[in-house]
Amino acid sequence: MKQMVELTVNGEKKRIYVRPAATLLNTLREELGLTGAKPGCENGDCGACTINFDGRPMKSCLTLSIEAVDHQVTTIEGLIDTPIQQAFVKQFAFQCGYCTSGFIMNCHALAELYPNANEYQIKDWLQSNICRCTGYEEIEAAITEVLKNKAIEDTPS
Amino acid sequence: MISINFEYHRPHSISEALEMFGELHAKGKEPIFYNGGTEIITMMRIHSLYTEARAVIDIKTIPECTYTGFQGDRLVIGSSIPLAQLQEMPEFPLLGKTCSRIADHTSREKITIGGNICGTIKYKEAVLPLLLTDCDLVIAGDNGINEIPIQQVFDKHMLLAPGSFVVQVLVKKQFLDLPYVSKKMTRIDRIGYPLLTVSALKTGEQARFAFSGLCDFPFRSNSVEDALNNQDWSVQERITNAISQLPAPLLGDAEGSAAYREFVLRNVLEESIAELKGG
Repeated sequence: MKQMVELTVNGEKKRIYVRPAATLLNTLREELGLTGAKPGCENGDCGACTINFDGRPMKSCLTLSIEAVDHQVTTIEGLIDTPIQQAFVKQFAFQCGYCTSGFIMNCHALAELYPNANEYQIKDWLQSNICRCTGYEEIEAAITEVLKNKAIEDTPS
Repeated sequence: MISINFEYHRPHSISEALEMFGELHAKGKEPIFYNGGTEIITMMRIHSLYTEARAVIDIKTIPECTYTGFQGDRLVIGSSIPLAQLQEMPEFPLLGKTCSRIADHTSREKITIGGNICGTIKYKEAVLPLLLTDCDLVIAGDNGINEIPIQQVFDKHMLLAPGSFVVQVLVKKQFLDLPYVSKKMTRIDRIGYPLLTVSALKTGEQARFAFSGLCDFPFRSNSVEDALNNQDWSVQERITNAISQLPAPLLGDAEGSAAYREFVLRNVLEESIAELKGG
């Protein structure tokens, strides 16, 4: 029942055999060894499995692997020293760390797509992810810092 | 993990999708059309729904399903447009506001308008603005591609013949920028199923109202609207009469008891009427 598909993950093309019923979360973790996207509720509620799909945040548990053919998938492994990662460290925006990759992927997409996001939009996006350690204030501080820095960089001198 | 196995098909035209459905159905594969897929994935995973399906037909690659724009005097919205995109669409603010409260943002990146109104979930809040604006739905099926008024194909849920699917939503321009309210009340947090959602649109001196979460299905009711628009009564009398005209008993469930829903509904209607009066 498996079929060959070509997925583009973190800029690399990967040819793998998958069941059409396999979720992207399962395929990333079990076929590609990319364990940054975490299984939480596997029901679209917790956001721990968030990846970027053509640059937009998406829950990989609510996406079939085969849907990703002809699209660009980015996981936490594809981000290297981005401003949001630096801000999470600086603001201590994690405790146990299980939700962190999902939050970072969501925040990264927000900063890339909406560098002028307002407070309402930040809260609206962050409500897609759950942190059982309740580190929300620090996470909000991290994304706010990234957006502020972007605004400063974009201001003509 | 979804334990069921199924085939995945990706048609590139409406005719190809219909043909695929016919062929797969003839082979006994119980095909289903797949849009955002969030409900199909979650329900299949827990073996609750769609368990007979052995083939899914993803309609997101059909150009008509991903189109948005104006054609003549109508706004065309493809059924594969995600709610997150509609939330940002300035052309139809009532739809944007209503969609902005369905699920959470990341889920709205995947949930489509077609999927929301055709799914089995009882809330289907995206249908409220469509009922208020008397939109037409473009439906593809055995009888070809037809434009059908939503009132003819939506009664508590979508009445689609097997093998047919919603291609587009067509909304007349005249309704797009009318004064509106859209209020979703939840039990605790901002994200959640509705205790109730009220969407309303002011058309001249009259207001139209549509509801989700009140009863077991979303609805717009002429008798409820007649009561709410009766200028011979006080606002409280109008609301009391409207509640007596509801098409089914108020829900009492984990989101709230029937009595609490009625209490909240009275307040939300009072606010809505006041806001529309000023609008």
